[in-house]
Amino acid sequence: MRYDVKLQIEYEYQGTSDHARNLLHLLPAEIPDRQRISASLLTVDPIPSERRDLFDFYGNLMTFIAFHEPIDKISLTLAARAERLLQPPGLELSPPLAQMPAEISAHNAIGGTAPHHFLGPSPRVSPDPDIGAFARKVAASNMPVLEAVRSLGKALHEEMSFDPEATEVDTPASEAFAARHGVCQDFSHIMIAGLRALGIPAGYVSGFLRTIPPEGETRLEGADAMHAWVRAWCGAQLGWVEFDPTNNISAGMDHITVAVGRDYGDVAPVKGVIRTAGEQDTHHSVDVIPLTAA
Amino acid sequence: MSDANALRADGLSHLLKGYSPRKGTADELIDGQGRMRPVWESFISSLSNLSRQETEELFARGTHYLRDAGVYFRQYSNDPAPERDWPFSHVPVILHEQEWFSICDGLAQRADLLEQVMADLYGPAELVQGGHLPAELVARNPNWLRPMVGITPASGHFLHLIAFEISRNPDGSWFVLGDRTQAPSGAGFALENRMATSRIFQDPFPRANIHRLAGFFRAFRAALDSQAGPAGRRAAILTPGPGNDTYFEHTYIARYLGMMLLEGEDMIVHDGQLKVRTVEGLEPLGTLWRRLDSEFADPLELDETSYLGTPGLVQALRLGTLSMVNALGAGVLEMRAIQAFLPRISEVLTGQPLKLPNIATWWCGTESEREHVRSHTAEMMIGEALASDLPFELGATTAQGGDFRSSAQPSIDAWIEAEGGNLVAQEMVTLSTTPAWEEGRLVPRPMTVRVTAARTPTGWTFMPGGYARIGSSDDHSALAMQRGGTVADVWILGDAPVAAESMLGSTSALAPRTGTLPARAAENLFWLGRYVERFEGAVRLLRAYHLRLAETGDRQDPRLVALSKFMESFGIDSDEPVPAALEALLGSARTCAGKVRDRFSIDGWNALSDLARGLDAIRGSTYPGDGVAHEMGVLLRKITGFSGLVQENMYRSIGWSFLAFGRALERADGLSSILAAFGEASQPQGSLDIALELGDAVMTHRQRFPIEASRGTVVDLLALDPNNPRAVVFQLSEMRELSRMMPGSTAPGRPSALTRAIMPTETRLQTTDPGILGCKAFVELRAELANISNLLSTLYLR
Repeated sequence: MRYDVKLQIEYEYQGTSDHARNLLHLLPAEIPDRQRISASLLTVDPIPSERRDLFDFYGNLMTFIAFHEPIDKISLTLAARAERLLQPPGLELSPPLAQMPAEISAHNAIGGTAPHHFLGPSPRVSPDPDIGAFARKVAASNMPVLEAVRSLGKALHEEMSFDPEATEVDTPASEAFAARHGVCQDFSHIMIAGLRALGIPAGYVSGFLRTIPPEGETRLEGADAMHAWVRAWCGAQLGWVEFDPTNNISAGMDHITVAVGRDYGDVAPVKGVIRTAGEQDTHHSVDVIPLTAA
Repeated sequence: MSDANALRADGLSHLLKGYSPRKGTADELIDGQGRMRPVWESFISSLSNLSRQETEELFARGTHYLRDAGVYFRQYSNDPAPERDWPFSHVPVILHEQEWFSICDGLAQRADLLEQVMADLYGPAELVQGGHLPAELVARNPNWLRPMVGITPASGHFLHLIAFEISRNPDGSWFVLGDRTQAPSGAGFALENRMATSRIFQDPFPRANIHRLAGFFRAFRAALDSQAGPAGRRAAILTPGPGNDTYFEHTYIARYLGMMLLEGEDMIVHDGQLKVRTVEGLEPLGTLWRRLDSEFADPLELDETSYLGTPGLVQALRLGTLSMVNALGAGVLEMRAIQAFLPRISEVLTGQPLKLPNIATWWCGTESEREHVRSHTAEMMIGEALASDLPFELGATTAQGGDFRSSAQPSIDAWIEAEGGNLVAQEMVTLSTTPAWEEGRLVPRPMTVRVTAARTPTGWTFMPGGYARIGSSDDHSALAMQRGGTVADVWILGDAPVAAESMLGSTSALAPRTGTLPARAAENLFWLGRYVERFEGAVRLLRAYHLRLAETGDRQDPRLVALSKFMESFGIDSDEPVPAALEALLGSARTCAGKVRDRFSIDGWNALSDLARGLDAIRGSTYPGDGVAHEMGVLLRKITGFSGLVQENMYRSIGWSFLAFGRALERADGLSSILAAFGEASQPQGSLDIALELGDAVMTHRQRFPIEASRGTVVDLLALDPNNPRAVVFQLSEMRELSRMMPGSTAPGRPSALTRAIMPTETRLQTTDPGILGCKAFVELRAELANISNLLSTLYLR
């Protein structure tokens, strides 16, 4: 499935910002056997004084930009042509939950895809007893890991309501879970906390969803902005599996990955230290158009 | 036996009376056979010649020195004023150089090993792949910084300065308790310890054979400079700022080594290069000696909530334009659990066992280790595996000797089983003891020695002694300074006299230091000047008010009402004898001074502290009228003392010009507001006298004008008289002169933008007539002064 992706983000500052410096996670990367990028262009306006693209620890593309002159707004435009590749159906074999500690400690590596990074607390996902208890109610210790992942995703989808007004970008997972509402970021952070409580390494995926659903299907939540979902490490054989708890589906042909990390903090689309006192305004728009009929 | 010898033997026995090291514990002074170790003999014999009173008088010299030098450490607590005197233990620890050299030999091996481990953890990670270090200990360690993976340091090395905490086993051998690689402290305090002991122990104490500390610093400074890269790039020290517990040491070391002391906001990354914002623009930095924990160093790639860092710093490291001492992420080596693996790693990487063992450690991540720990809990200290704390530090250990320190858990066995890989157990070691002076005699107290090593082009060099921690009781945990432990000097004693050396011998120290002034330092000096002057103005106001209150006893007196209203416009409540605003102003001045302690004289700092103490003492103890007036007079004299120090003793650096400019500007502003308020005929009788008094010109007026004060004479004296150092025009001339010292003149001899902004106002005052300067003119003058202040900020302080 091929898509044309367009993203535009605009920041306006009240008062000018001196020496702005930002770190962007906006360019989608190639993922072997999964996602191909035939073209991508990230345009920054005004043209930054410094710009550098490189790979981060997890293999994501990141872009550093810096402005030497004061600016009062930044506009970021991404245009990309991405192809999601059909996964050959496999045996979906995963060990039972109880076997995970052994599977994980047998993994002697600390590269960006190693499960060890995704089990402990991360900057924006700390252990939460309520989420842990909820997860343990859903998954028994003899349940295969993959089934536990899907069961927890489904249970969260049923338990929580999608509400774009209810939370902010820095709302902690525990707070969103206590109120049982939130957006894709909250759904993902809560599910990550739940999976980690079960001993399943879990991380955060940021990306895009196709805007208009195939005929006869409903439009997915989160299609009009950047989206987020979860990935879980399901043992050495199966590896990483992606699940979208906001829509209760496996992340598949309708999902385009931009970046992966432990939580939102690792993959925030725009990070930056703005030396200005005033408020800032953000505008954000996304279009993901399939190039061929679904 | 002669009388003298008899006396000596008597002194000795008195000194050591009751000095009995515990069984099963090594003691520095007394060996296993109960004999004094030879290396102590000459010291103890000198000490035994002194009476208790003589000894304590000598010790007091050291304490006074440290207090006068302003040595303090900051205690972490909720108390708003947690600066504490340096907890100094006067009796040094004495070690023979042969023993010391063998310790250093072992630690040099360890330093090289740590460098190799660091290079692997931020490079190929073969130790993890080979199963020599569990992946989870690295991946879950908050001090292992993912953005640093794959970045090779510009200098070729990750570690440049390491401190080791070591202690002596009961059998006399030494072992390592922990390694400090993040941002080791202690080197500056060691210097101060040495200064203190050299004040105490003069002849006939055996001083000639003590190894000096200065050579270590000379070598380290030279190594820092050599790493800075292309010519013109400088080395600087990065500090978290005055809130840090060892900030004193940062300022002290910066002064001692002649290096800039910077905070994160002093710098920006510009075209891939770290630069310091100075009053003369951006200047490149080549080496940063960091006293800030790594994760706070760059909010863009590391902890995004940090206010202490510099965005883009990691990028500069990635591009290899900056050398960092030590590399960001070096804190990962401090985790307690790594001690469990280092002995084996040493064999794997170098084929050699550790020459100096470290504390026996078990990581509870595997069943066999857990089993061992469970069956030996009585001899173990158990705590967090990833914690950086040294075994005896506060909070480092949750369970000790089979008991929880606080009773939250059900049982140790269940706890170990549940927490597993999050826990580490360490052998409950017995520290050696060393003599400490308590209540007139020597008593054995547990101790650890901190050894600092620096990388030089020819290998590791060690600071010979200087720093030991001494427990306040037999309890090992009492070593922590935060818990009443003390610090002692360590003497490394040779058999022959050691060549004298100091920083003076080094060429880098002799070369004049260029006057680079970070913009933030300039800003703090400028505001220090303003706040001190504003404080003085407030004190004068209070004195004027209470003198008149004492005279009339009537707060409704028109002059008192006018003064009260005037004070109110500055936030000063005349109903309070010692208004809160006074403390706030002095507090602001001290905050500014606290941020530039590396550039500010100790006497100046002490003068400010003295003022604060003075103010504190009168609060609640004085009474309105005469009482307050008198106390304010005392405070004014103290302020004069501070001004004298600034005027007479401070080197005329660019920094000084910002301080002096701030004072002059504030004084001009204060006088203008006084003249606007009390210089009008419509104001109550006696207003002109108030103006003269506030302008400190009562006597001058009497001498200059044989008539009663009139509007004309007061305006002339307080605004226009170029010979009155308290006149407005005098301040403007001063400001113009000072502005010439500041950078920014476009061509030689041409005035800078700041100078040009001052001149019209100055000239107008020089050429005007007192008769035409009304109240409104002074209000306008204040606006012009505000513009000059803003211009100075725009030009130099951004």
